Order: sequence, then structure tokens, then C-alpha cells
Amino acid sequence: MEKKQLPLWEVFVRSRRGLDHKHVGSLHSVDATQALQAARDVYTRRQEGVSIWVVRSQDIHATQVEDEQGFFEPAEDKVYRHPTFYEVPEDLKL
Amino acid sequence: MRDAHFKYVLRLADNALILGQRLGEWCGHGPFLEEDVALANTALDHVGRARMLFSHAGELEGQGRDEDDLAYRRDEREFRNFLICELPIGDFAFTMIRQYLLDVYHLDLFERLQASLDEGLSGIATKAAKESSYHVRRSREWVKRLGDGTAESNLRLKTALDELWAYTPELFSGDMVDDKVIADGIAPELAVIEESWNREVEATLKLATVDIPKPLGWEAGGGREGLHTEHMGRLLAEMQFLQRAYPGLEW
Repeated sequence: MEKKQLPLWEVFVRSRRGLDHKHVGSLHSVDATQALQAARDVYTRRQEGVSIWVVRSQDIHATQVEDEQGFFEPAEDKVYRHPTFYEVPEDLKL
Repeated sequence: MRDAHFKYVLRLADNALILGQRLGEWCGHGPFLEEDVALANTALDHVGRARMLFSHAGELEGQGRDEDDLAYRRDEREFRNFLICELPIGDFAFTMIRQYLLDVYHLDLFERLQASLDEGLSGIATKAAKESSYHVRRSREWVKRLGDGTAESNLRLKTALDELWAYTPELFSGDMVDDKVIADGIAPELAVIEESWNREVEATLKLATVDIPKPLGWEAGGGREGLHTEHMGRLLAEMQFLQRAYPGLEW
């Protein structure tokens, strides 16, 4: 029998109103309608959510390990980008 | 006559339990992981509503029988489910089209049962209707996919529908029990449910590019008098094994 994998989808679930959708995992489905239903059955069967997003995994573009140096390391020595770096003068009226 | 009331609720419970048992057979055998979990969820929805209905039936009967007595300590002839519920699971197309035909029936039935004068039953119906509305979404989607899919999936769906069609009139053929509970405002009219069932099923089958089977000249019936198909005994043997071998066992 031919074993062809269905397309892969990433699943995001909002656990409560007011919170952000969080990535909870992935699943295989033939299209968006089926992916939403499968996500409901696989990821929200214990009251985990009030809203679901699904997106084709292939549509997510991610940074790679080799991007680390250029992308993230330059931020390491730039402490002045944190507000806590600055001392507020005592006599400043806020 | 309280007897009809008890029998009516017992029939609803038997349909839910036997269908749930059949769906549960898919656990670990679904066509792919996501569908396997979904089938098991649906099975548990049915077993869950069976439990509530059995407890309620036991109270109506007033003989001290609880949900376990009714589920595990009755013999084949005492079960009152529709024959369509007990048929073996067949292939995936058979399971899904059977599910669809019954999901549509149950959604409409439980929505109407929310107006029942039996408050206990109306409460159970509210919960069951929510579940059924999702069940219909799922099974309708599969019927469309299988029918409008490949030549193979279309053929399987068509074959399953042909096999099942003669079992559907039983859903709408009332007897004295139905007449009584309908007259008492406990249950809805069957003709109304039949009409909307026909409309919904026809619309979906059209999208699935499958024709409604022609009348075969015979109709299955007898489930509600306790006259079952040859498959029922085996189903019960498996389902009731533990209570039969170790009566009263708890875990």
C-alpha cells in the first residue's frame, strides 16, 4: 500500500480570552478545514483552548542555527537597549 | 404509563452505548493518528451520554437498577437499539457514512428534546446536542471528501450507503412507546425529524456526488423489540465480558 504523508500543519491554541495563541504542536491534514477539526480533537480535548489557528508548516519561515551570529549575537553587548540601564535622576518629577 | 417513558429513555441509551462501542473498536486502528484520536473522542461522547441516559432510565424505572446494571447485565433480547448501530464497523467509509446518518438524526432529536417536559432528559439533551453538532460537522466533511474524492473512495462510500440504506427507516418508524411519549410532551414528533433528516442527507449526498439508493423492497427492523442481527451477540460478549466473568467487579 502506498504510504504518502499528508501535509504538515502547525497548531496554535489560545487558552483563554485575552491571551495570545501559543504554539502547541503539529499534525498532518489534507487541508485547513480538516486541520482545524483534527487540532480540536488532538489538542483541545481537555479544555485547553477557546480558539485555534492552523498554518501550513511550509509557510513558516524560520531562522537557522547558522544565522545566530549575525542575527542575535550583536545584541549581547548592547545593554543600553534595556530601560534598566538608565538611572533616573532623584529630583526628576515624573 | 411510566413504563413507556422508561422504555423510551432506555432506547436512547442503548443507541448511544452500542454505537459508542462500535466506534471504540477503531481505537488504535484509525487510518492515521489524528483520525484515530477523533474517533476515540466521538466514541467517548457516545458512552458518556449513554451513562447519563442509563442513570436516568434507572431512576424512571424505580427498581434500583443503575447504569452498570442496564449496560452490562442485560441480555441481547433486552437491548432496544436500532439495528444500524450494531452493524460491524466495516471499512472507514462505512463507519463514517453510518456515523453521518446517525449524527444528523441525533443532532435534530437532541435539539428538540431540550424542550422535553422531562427535565432530566432535557438537561442531557442540551449536552448531547452540543456534541452532536460537532459530530455532524466532522462526519459530513468526511462523507463529502470520500464521495468527491477518488474513484476508489467514491465506490466505497456508495457501497456502504447501499448496505445501510434499508436500516434507516427504523429511525422514523414509531410504535406505541413513541406514541405515548410524544403525546405526553416527552419526545418530539418523528415525522418532523424525518423531514429535516431527508433534506440534510440529500443535500450532503449531492455534494458527495453519490445518489440516494433506490428503495430495495425491504426494510430492517426489530431492534426496538429486542430482535437483533447476528452481530449483536458478539458485540455484547466482548462488551460485557468483565461483568459476566467477575460479577460486581469494580475498579
